[in-house]
Amino acid sequence: MDKIRIEGLEKTYASKGGRVTALAQVNLTIRQNEFITLVGPSGCGKSTLLKLIGVLIRPSRGLLLHDGVALTHPPRDVGIVFQEPVLLEWRSVLDNVLLPAEILGLDKTKAHARAMHLLDLVGLAGFERRFPRELSGGMQQRVSICRALIHNPSVLLMDEPFAALDAMTREELGFELMRIWDTDKKTVIFVTHNVTEAILLADRVVAMSRRPGRIAKIVDIALPRPRTIDMEFSPQFKSYSDQIRAVIYHGEGDGRR
Amino acid sequence: MTAQLIRGATETSDEAAESSESAESSESSARAILGATLTFAALVALWELLVRAFNIPGWLLPAPSAIAMALAEWRDELVRHSLVTLYETLLGFALSIAVSIPLAAAVVHSAILRNTIYPILLAFQSVPKVAIAPLLLLWIGFGVGPKIAVVFLVCFFPIVVATATGLSAVPAPLMELIRSLSAGTMQTFIKIRFPTAMPYIFVGLKVAITLAVIGAVIGEFVGSEDGLGYLILVSTSQSRTPLAFAALVLLTIISIVLYYGVAFIERIAVPWAPKN
Repeated sequence: MDKIRIEGLEKTYASKGGRVTALAQVNLTIRQNEFITLVGPSGCGKSTLLKLIGVLIRPSRGLLLHDGVALTHPPRDVGIVFQEPVLLEWRSVLDNVLLPAEILGLDKTKAHARAMHLLDLVGLAGFERRFPRELSGGMQQRVSICRALIHNPSVLLMDEPFAALDAMTREELGFELMRIWDTDKKTVIFVTHNVTEAILLADRVVAMSRRPGRIAKIVDIALPRPRTIDMEFSPQFKSYSDQIRAVIYHGEGDGRR
Repeated sequence: MTAQLIRGATETSDEAAESSESAESSESSARAILGATLTFAALVALWELLVRAFNIPGWLLPAPSAIAMALAEWRDELVRHSLVTLYETLLGFALSIAVSIPLAAAVVHSAILRNTIYPILLAFQSVPKVAIAPLLLLWIGFGVGPKIAVVFLVCFFPIVVATATGLSAVPAPLMELIRSLSAGTMQTFIKIRFPTAMPYIFVGLKVAITLAVIGAVIGEFVGSEDGLGYLILVSTSQSRTPLAFAALVLLTIISIVLYYGVAFIERIAVPWAPKN
């Protein structure tokens, strides 16, 4: 079933030198519970596309449908994780996770139970009463993932969520994310500039290139799940990686330039 | 399991590093306090020594011992005048907080207000308060009113600017998150903006409280019958310089105590604020 349908989507900004096209003619259909990664160099419009999907910004042209409906306001059904954890320093870990539930006015007892379950899922059981400043960067990002999932959204938008972390924590969190996604299926749209990360996580990699930002190529990743770290060294992985690198750096996607 | 253990181990070592850091900083702050006390004591001793050595008359520059004697001799009077100045300072300060924080909130939420009120505030801030004090006396009359008004005016600007800056300091991704949840303006203010602004507001309050004492003295200089400013004015004109210095000492103490009072409230109200 199609969760999100995007047709001829464009985003342009006014700037000093006239209008700048951040995103040109994007067509993409995302299936329910699919894990999509958007990969490309900075300035390719991948974050813009993510914000458009979250209805945080409006497109200049084109069509965007959530479950067949064009939305004018951000849907409640979406959870967001950013590059920085942006936790509230004055709230405990538990209260940070509960913030969206409070704003949406969800049932307190149920939300509390779900928060505890999520914290347990990311290995933070026992840390509920701690404050963000007492946690490492990786732990803070785990909290922000729990916060994004508290209202059980069907879509999870992640804007380079592991980019600020060290390489080891990054890998660890990637596998943790896949484990969560496996037990609690959601449509995930994950922005990254790391090709390896993009392939390892995704069902489909959407490779983007810049000037103007556009989709250069969509690659189906046929690696079996659960994914393992060894897969990175398989010939199949290398072939995916070569295909993607070729289009995002040289813009040879789909024979168009 | 192993990954969890390793993760646990690296995190505890991080924590350990952090706590040893804070132990170090508390040790260095104790050393700083000791250093400051010793320097202060040395300066007072030097002052006493110089006044005695050069036989400087008491009406020109009283020795610390003479100031201490004046403090003891005029104890009751000094306490009464101190309480008046303290009252004016605190009332003006409280009034300033009550007006400037809502005003800052309004400025942050409305572009029109921001563009109209800010220039007026800036113009107002540029006018020396000493120059307005006699006018306030003319408008509000004799008594405690004009002093409170001067205190209010000197505190106002730093609190408004600090609060407005703090209310606007919410990180952009956090605002996006809040927007994605369709939170209302009031909800955003109470849950996000105001707590974010708290450390900034306290920076403004700490600046304002030191100015507040100065404001009260300015008010008293222009026209009054009590307060430490009045006492300084009267005792200087009667060449009772040790008494004037005693009043000055009390003003300094009031200023320092109030400052640390605000800092203490900050520590309780904003435990997440970065320590300076």
